[in-house]
Amino acid sequence: MSPVSRGVSAEQRHQNAGQDGPQRTPVPRFGHGSRVPGWDESVDLSKDPAVVPDPETTPVPEALRQEIERAMAKYPDRRSAAIPALHAAQRLHGWCSPEAIHQVAAVMQVTPAYLTSVATFYDMLETRPELQDHHDVYVCTNISCSLRGAGDLLDAMVAAAAGHHDVHVRAFECLGACDIAPMASVDGEYIGPLETGDAVTVVEDLRAGRPVFEAKQLRYRKCADPEVAQQEHEG
Amino acid sequence: MKLLFDGIDEPGLNTLNVYERRGGYQSLRKALAMEPEEVLGNISDSGLRGRGGAGFRMGQKASFLPRGEMDKYLVCNADESEPGTFKDRELMQKSPHMLIEGIVIASWAAEIDRAFIYIRGEYALQADILEAAIAEAEKAGYVGEWILGSEHSLKLVLHRGAGAYICGEETGLLDSLEGKRGNPRLKPPFPAIEGLYHGPTLINNVETLCTVPHIIRMGGEQYAKIGTETSTGTKVVSISGDVQRPGNYEIELGIPSREIIYGLAGGPPDGREVKFWFPGGSSAPVLTKDDLDIPYDFDSLAKAGSMLGSGAIIVVDESHSVLEVALKLAKFYAHESCGKCVPCREGTNWTVKMLRRIQAGEATPMDLDIMASVQEQIIGNCLCVLGDAMAMPIGSMVEKFRPELEAEIEAARERAGAGDLEAVIPLGVADEHAGPVPVH
Repeated sequence: MSPVSRGVSAEQRHQNAGQDGPQRTPVPRFGHGSRVPGWDESVDLSKDPAVVPDPETTPVPEALRQEIERAMAKYPDRRSAAIPALHAAQRLHGWCSPEAIHQVAAVMQVTPAYLTSVATFYDMLETRPELQDHHDVYVCTNISCSLRGAGDLLDAMVAAAAGHHDVHVRAFECLGACDIAPMASVDGEYIGPLETGDAVTVVEDLRAGRPVFEAKQLRYRKCADPEVAQQEHEG
Repeated sequence: MKLLFDGIDEPGLNTLNVYERRGGYQSLRKALAMEPEEVLGNISDSGLRGRGGAGFRMGQKASFLPRGEMDKYLVCNADESEPGTFKDRELMQKSPHMLIEGIVIASWAAEIDRAFIYIRGEYALQADILEAAIAEAEKAGYVGEWILGSEHSLKLVLHRGAGAYICGEETGLLDSLEGKRGNPRLKPPFPAIEGLYHGPTLINNVETLCTVPHIIRMGGEQYAKIGTETSTGTKVVSISGDVQRPGNYEIELGIPSREIIYGLAGGPPDGREVKFWFPGGSSAPVLTKDDLDIPYDFDSLAKAGSMLGSGAIIVVDESHSVLEVALKLAKFYAHESCGKCVPCREGTNWTVKMLRRIQAGEATPMDLDIMASVQEQIIGNCLCVLGDAMAMPIGSMVEKFRPELEAEIEAARERAGAGDLEAVIPLGVADEHAGPVPVH
């Protein structure tokens, strides 16, 4: 067993992962039925350290290649594009899967291990299996939101999403919207203040493909400062 | 007095047209007509202190950068992730051109031709708005080569992060921008000497840079007349938690804190009282209801043993327990510790464990002393201040609310059925395999 996996088997990890999200990608299996090892790890730790992939032999979707190359061109050092590139690959694959990492590594000409070190550091880069087309619901559970009932909101959101495999609800650290506490970020759209009853509406809107809870979107919120509001009134 | 928030809710202010109609980019024209030294002189005269947390004087920081032509960088820190802080979000969303104008002026003052805005990945809407605004500004010639026919050129790139509190720390941010894990670096060398891609780098917060156009418009000395002598100007304060009207308010530095918490935000709901409050984000040592009359400025808050930090006030009223807030806080820092320095990595996790022990009824009042000493051993012993950012507020809670925490320990022990002395394992045989103490 590889020392890096810290004694936790892929199976255990899989079970643990199931606790905060019911959805899972199908497990790839060999013809005789056993799992393809490393399918749920960003990098297969049982193999020798991977070298920089050969771009000639690594198929990369054209749109992804172009997006990564555009990102690399913006910086004096191409490695600066690691986060944007992984984001792009995650949008395509649903998570930073071994395949996604391999493709990014081939375009950026870095080792998969380097990209894995980046992917495992950041909360928004998923290193656990996710469906390709899934919705991310981040519920803020930091201090200001907690004071206003974020714990109950998270429970309600998890309950509302139960059974919907494409809705991935997770607790998140301060999202920088304490003025609308308790709040959630649904596919990047900030909504709040939410009540526990709103959780069902959020999931329904997502499933119906509607803009999520438009009435409570942060983008339409006015500044709280009364003098600003007064200026507007006079103007 | 409104500077940054002047007309902030005007529809379409995020577009170049409306921003220009309101007098936007006039400060840039004025600055480009001056020599860089004169622009820097204005910023220094204004006494503007960094709005991101450390409160370091911007003019002084910019003057540390070597002069002359070389690869120098300006990085705008838009990674706003200090719990309780959401001022930059509103500024970037509603007035992105104000930030761009500030960046172009500041880069002229420090003779920098390459700038990055590092925005946290969660701010998707704000990043989209900023990207559109940068494109507009480039088209209008406010960003790019030979800006408005002057000698100043600037390439501005928006960089989205991916969710890590530590990337708000300036050297962690630089590593992240270079495409690595966001681990803080050893200082010195400070970023002003060796920062991004080993080049001298000026790092400023969004609000700080947004203030620059106003300083140039008014003149540095005029700006310095607002606020107090050592805390000049206005500040956008984010107030949240147990208040009736949470939100961003622009205040003149030096007004009594009570005026912000009760006057502007309406105080706690349902007539409850303030129990304690964080004056500058969750990293600031807490103050109590007796401290409400402290003037809200850098030095008064420092004198009171806390800090202005990012200007985010979190109010906790009497309906919440200290323990619950402390645990939330410690869990956050334990999650966000990058793991590079031992005191922070272990200290934050130890603190969570000790607070959980209290909750589970397994703690004794002695644990509070151990907890306080762990906090002391974190402070000042790491490369960055993430560990300190937990240690300071937790230490202040143990100090100021010790009786409540002791009562909490007792109550939890009784709940757990351990209040009975005989049920407690005698000291020295805590290890269950040790067997009974031999009686002689």
